[in-house]
Amino acid sequence: MKQKPTSSAAKALAKKAVVFSKQKYVLRLYVAGITPKSSQAIQNITKICEDHLKGRYDLQVIDIYQKPMLLRGEQIIAAPTLIKKLPLPLRRFIGSMSDKKKILVGLDLQLKKNE
Amino acid sequence: MAKNSTRFSRTQHKRNKRVISALKKCPTGISGLDEITEGGLPLGRPTLICGSAGCGKTLLAMEFISRGITEFNEPGVFMAFEETTEELATNVASLGMNLKEHIRQKKLAIDYVYIERSEIEETGEYDLEGLFVRLGNMIDSIGAKRVVLDTIEALFAGFSNEAVLRAELRRLFRWLKTKKVTTIITGEKGEKHLTRNGLEEYVSDCVILLDHRIVNEVATRRLRIVKYRGSKHGTNEYPTIIDENGLSVLPISSLGLTYPVSNDRIPTGIDRLDTMFGGKGYFRGTSVLVSGTAGSGKTSIAAAFADKTCRKGEKCIYFSFEESPEQIKRNMGSVGINLNQWEGKGLLKFHSTRPTLYGLEAHLVRIHKLVEEFHPTAVIMDPITNLAAIGESLEVKSMLTRIIDYLKNKQITTVFTSLTEGGGASAQSEVGISSLMDTWILLRHLETDGERNRLLYVLKSRGMAHSNQVREFVLSGKGVHLRDVYIGAGAVLTGSAREVQESKDNAQKLSDKQSSERRQRALRQQHLTLKGQVEALKVQLAGLAEELRISADAERCRIGVMHHRKKEMSLIRKAD
Repeated sequence: MKQKPTSSAAKALAKKAVVFSKQKYVLRLYVAGITPKSSQAIQNITKICEDHLKGRYDLQVIDIYQKPMLLRGEQIIAAPTLIKKLPLPLRRFIGSMSDKKKILVGLDLQLKKNE
Repeated sequence: MAKNSTRFSRTQHKRNKRVISALKKCPTGISGLDEITEGGLPLGRPTLICGSAGCGKTLLAMEFISRGITEFNEPGVFMAFEETTEELATNVASLGMNLKEHIRQKKLAIDYVYIERSEIEETGEYDLEGLFVRLGNMIDSIGAKRVVLDTIEALFAGFSNEAVLRAELRRLFRWLKTKKVTTIITGEKGEKHLTRNGLEEYVSDCVILLDHRIVNEVATRRLRIVKYRGSKHGTNEYPTIIDENGLSVLPISSLGLTYPVSNDRIPTGIDRLDTMFGGKGYFRGTSVLVSGTAGSGKTSIAAAFADKTCRKGEKCIYFSFEESPEQIKRNMGSVGINLNQWEGKGLLKFHSTRPTLYGLEAHLVRIHKLVEEFHPTAVIMDPITNLAAIGESLEVKSMLTRIIDYLKNKQITTVFTSLTEGGGASAQSEVGISSLMDTWILLRHLETDGERNRLLYVLKSRGMAHSNQVREFVLSGKGVHLRDVYIGAGAVLTGSAREVQESKDNAQKLSDKQSSERRQRALRQQHLTLKGQVEALKVQLAGLAEELRISADAERCRIGVMHHRKKEMSLIRKAD
């Protein structure tokens, strides 16, 4: 009983991965000025995007000090924060973006280990 | 307090050549809270408000902001972690706070911080600069002086890296101090600590604990200042209520035996009762206890007093714990006391509640509030015995002591009625408060010859020569009256027995009068008779005297003649 749905789920996921592989990514990175954490986050995410989403991503880096009015709408608390606006679902990443694996899983670019 | 710190700072000044001023306070405007904190929350510093769910943390915080805007013209920022702006506005609208209007006038900024753990992935080092920027932006945009973070503990649910969080919180509070805003941080009560995540560790200036306890199925709110660095403060648990005007704290424990004393008298409303109190009535600002068995007329005495007070143009509040205002007014109308007119003129205010409606403390706060609003010179509490239903005897006593102290301080004369169980010792009041009372009027029933009659006597009345007489207490359509009882032959007669005895007395008096008149008449007759006899005898006496004189004269003549004759005879005989 359990085998069938699992394999169909796996198929669905594989299909999804194909869809995602063509999708355009809209990413926003909010940083608090130029701090070591900020620059580290910018470097890390740019590298991930270049490696995995070349040509189909839109990454904007926003300084929260410059645009404090945006924070309320975006519900930013921590810095740095990366928001994946598209494709849905919306997802947030906080920190210096150094956990590459977590980011890739979060961006639906890699399946989780146990899946 | 203020003096002390001034002195302290002066010495400091001499020593350090530097001025250290006393801790400045930020008034909350919340009734009672400013009194127990002696001025308000520490200005420009964070204050922690903690307590279990539903104890009014958010309300207190919101009132701090709202009153800051309306009463002190200080804009405020409310950062909510649990409720949205809409929800907050709706929740406090019933308390008369118009948040939307404040926001429109740029006096208030509300930010709802949404944290959803499942949406957040932590990928390395981070800080809460976003929160700082948001808060800073709001503070600067409206020039806020007051900030509320409700409740910042939600961050602990949203972020897993506690080390970062704790460091950031410390930085946040330090930063708020540099912003010179007075901040309230709310926190849920924890098991071991005051708050679940030990927020008290970061907020060391002022910690206020709210409590919502349920005893005997009745809930009571209390507030306590756990610490207040650099300031003296009340340390007790203070009863608190939340009503349509928001939160109010009762700083009642601060009262003592220092109330002013008046020689002014206030009439009781019953003429002969005034006479029993030396002709003038109760002392102003004293407590009067009227105790008696069921149906002995306690309420009537209280109502007569209320009526008299209003008749003089003074105000009175009638706290009823048993009857509705309408019922009291109707019932008192039947004994000729029209309370309706006074209520219409705004001199009399009724407040009827079941004692079990809320806790003792809440009753206390409500009484306090009403008295503060209405400024009466007399207060009636009818009956206090019912309060015993919602608290231990000790608690009731403590509550009544506070009420009495408070009302005495205000120079308000208070009449308490107390029900005594039938058959029990009447000189023992139910709630053990008789010793607190200045005047004690006792009412009792006397059952004789198939009828019950009411008796009244003054058991004590401090500071005056009161009557020691037992009076019969009569309720009629014309009002409340006192009458003398018939005392004689080892029995006290009342009611119709007294009437019978009185008519008997009258008949006796009449016959006494008649017999005395008769006796007098007889005596007068005798007097007259004797007088007549005396006259007759006098006449007789005069006759006798005359007779005596005549006979004496005759005798003298006869002797003279005889002597003469002898002489003549001897001459004739030529005797030698």
